[in-house]
Amino acid sequence: MTPLLALANITKNFSRPLDFAAKLARVAGADVHEVVVHALDDVTMTIAEGEVVGLAGESGCGKSTLGRIAAGILKPTKGTRAWRGVDITDLDHAERRDVALKIQMIFQDAFASLNPRMRVGEIIGEAPRVHGLAARKELQEYIDQLMRQVGLDPAYKRRFAHQFSGGQRARIGIARALAVKPDLLVCDEAVAALDVSIQAQVLNLFMQLRAEFNLTYLFISHDLGVVEHLSDRVMIMYLGRIVETAPTLELFQHANHPYTQALLAEVPSLNRRDHDFTPITGEIPSPIDPPPGCHFHPRCPHAMPRCRVENPLFREVAPGHWSACHLNDMP
Amino acid sequence: MPVLSVENLKTYFFTKAGVVKAVDDVSFSVDEGKVLGLVGESGSGKTVTGFSIMGLVDPPGRIVGGRVLLEGENLLERRDDAMRRLRGDRIAMIFQDPMMTLNPVLRIDTQMIETVLAHQAVSRERARELSRAALGRVGIPSPDDRLKAYPHQLSGGMRQRVAIAIALLNNPRVIVADEPTTALDVTIQAQILFEVQKLARETGTAMIWITHDLSVIAGLADEVCVMYAGRIVESGPTADLLDSPKHPYTAGLIASIPSRNVRGQPLKQIPGMTPSLLRLKPGCPFRDRCPNAGAACEVMPEITRPSPVRTLRCFYPMAEPVTTQ
Repeated sequence: MTPLLALANITKNFSRPLDFAAKLARVAGADVHEVVVHALDDVTMTIAEGEVVGLAGESGCGKSTLGRIAAGILKPTKGTRAWRGVDITDLDHAERRDVALKIQMIFQDAFASLNPRMRVGEIIGEAPRVHGLAARKELQEYIDQLMRQVGLDPAYKRRFAHQFSGGQRARIGIARALAVKPDLLVCDEAVAALDVSIQAQVLNLFMQLRAEFNLTYLFISHDLGVVEHLSDRVMIMYLGRIVETAPTLELFQHANHPYTQALLAEVPSLNRRDHDFTPITGEIPSPIDPPPGCHFHPRCPHAMPRCRVENPLFREVAPGHWSACHLNDMP
Repeated sequence: MPVLSVENLKTYFFTKAGVVKAVDDVSFSVDEGKVLGLVGESGSGKTVTGFSIMGLVDPPGRIVGGRVLLEGENLLERRDDAMRRLRGDRIAMIFQDPMMTLNPVLRIDTQMIETVLAHQAVSRERARELSRAALGRVGIPSPDDRLKAYPHQLSGGMRQRVAIAIALLNNPRVIVADEPTTALDVTIQAQILFEVQKLARETGTAMIWITHDLSVIAGLADEVCVMYAGRIVESGPTADLLDSPKHPYTAGLIASIPSRNVRGQPLKQIPGMTPSLLRLKPGCPFRDRCPNAGAACEVMPEITRPSPVRTLRCFYPMAEPVTTQ
């Protein structure tokens, strides 16, 4: 089956061009280089229609960058992006805009993503009005309906974003995304800023909307508990690369990659009362100068000489379970 | 005798819109070398409780009642300058954002040596040695290099470690830690929790660990107090309280955590949202969201003791213990 969205060999570098003085210095023979942040390194992923894909990893691993590239907000340095099997670059302008509308993004900080000077009704109704998705006469009706769908009272549509609580703002962001009838929602830490009791409400809303509109999700979160609960399949990222992907239960029960194992061991849990575990040492290295070979080798308890020079390739260790680790090549 | 005990603490904010009872009749105590978890959602008063202990409440906030006893001495009777001598010495605080506590234009060694010299009559060299040792104790590799660094040259986890090291410098009796690992990654959080626990046991420092995350508390704290709308609604030994929460709010919080639910099924949720402290009705503040609420809840329930080690502020506690998976 053709995946809904396929990203192939995506690389993304962020660099700051040298300024005039630095260029002069280089002409004069000084050893000056552009600083390049290697945010994504040859990432390939697909999302099938109706699937909920969880993307987890620590800060700085590139998960937000990947989400933004998937949503079309950022352009990759290298690599291709295909929507329903068609490369986006092969589409004409109007078709590309249609694809852009089909992928919507929900952000972590709902308040920062809402215009403080617009009324909530305008925020939700702007995109469908501009793109002609709702007739002028029916627009207000459409906004009311959207607000009800996300659990907001349409009576509040003349209010501003600051007059709502955190959970309600998250709902406004969701209503705005739904307004253009998307197929794929990219949720970047969409519940991270919410209190536990509110977080449960919003997660339930996501699941209810999925059933109602047959939505597909790319759900980015550092919270493995949330990812486990919501996702059909999980991808684990480390320093610009996907290191492991598997159906959710398989991943949580039979984690293969040493990094995934470490992550799962260290997630605080209500059920774990033992205090005596030894946490993995070190920190995620800088993406400005990633280590050669496997990016995880400086922290990996099983690192071998080979890990320092050769980047491990993905290998299918169980049906649908892929992991990038040299240990899987061992007899 | 507990190292620190808070008795009937009341901290109110006298704002233009009205009186906000941010901390209302809060009591707890913590023993030497123990970790007390103070859990609550945003606006529950947990941070203000920490600030009240440290004597850091600014107007329009004021402590209007209660006592904060550090080894028997009521800190609320201390004058500002006396309180200032105490802070960083016998009692210290760690904040959520270490960039806020560290001075961005001073090197780590300058800041640490200053902290030692402010409270101890030692030579500069000795102060540097103590600083080096403190950095080592919180698991910072090559402390000599780190001493010469500026805060912006360190990662978030390293900065928080430095902040903890500074708090430890003068061997305080009590450390108040306000969400110190919330902004950190899971693996870094695990490292810091691991080290903090070791330190509390080794040095006998009592810790008050303020957090919104019950799962962090589960592996760290010896005792837990759950706060809601300015009051402690329930307290007890960690395992006991998490296994059989009595207050419907605690039970609801625990039940809404994704790992306590069947995967893919709707999460059990607490309806509604936390009430505004400005418009708090008389009676139990949780009753509008509570599945057990009844007529009696129109009046604020008094603290009861369902068992010798537990306290509870509820008329209709949960009957069945929540089953663990």
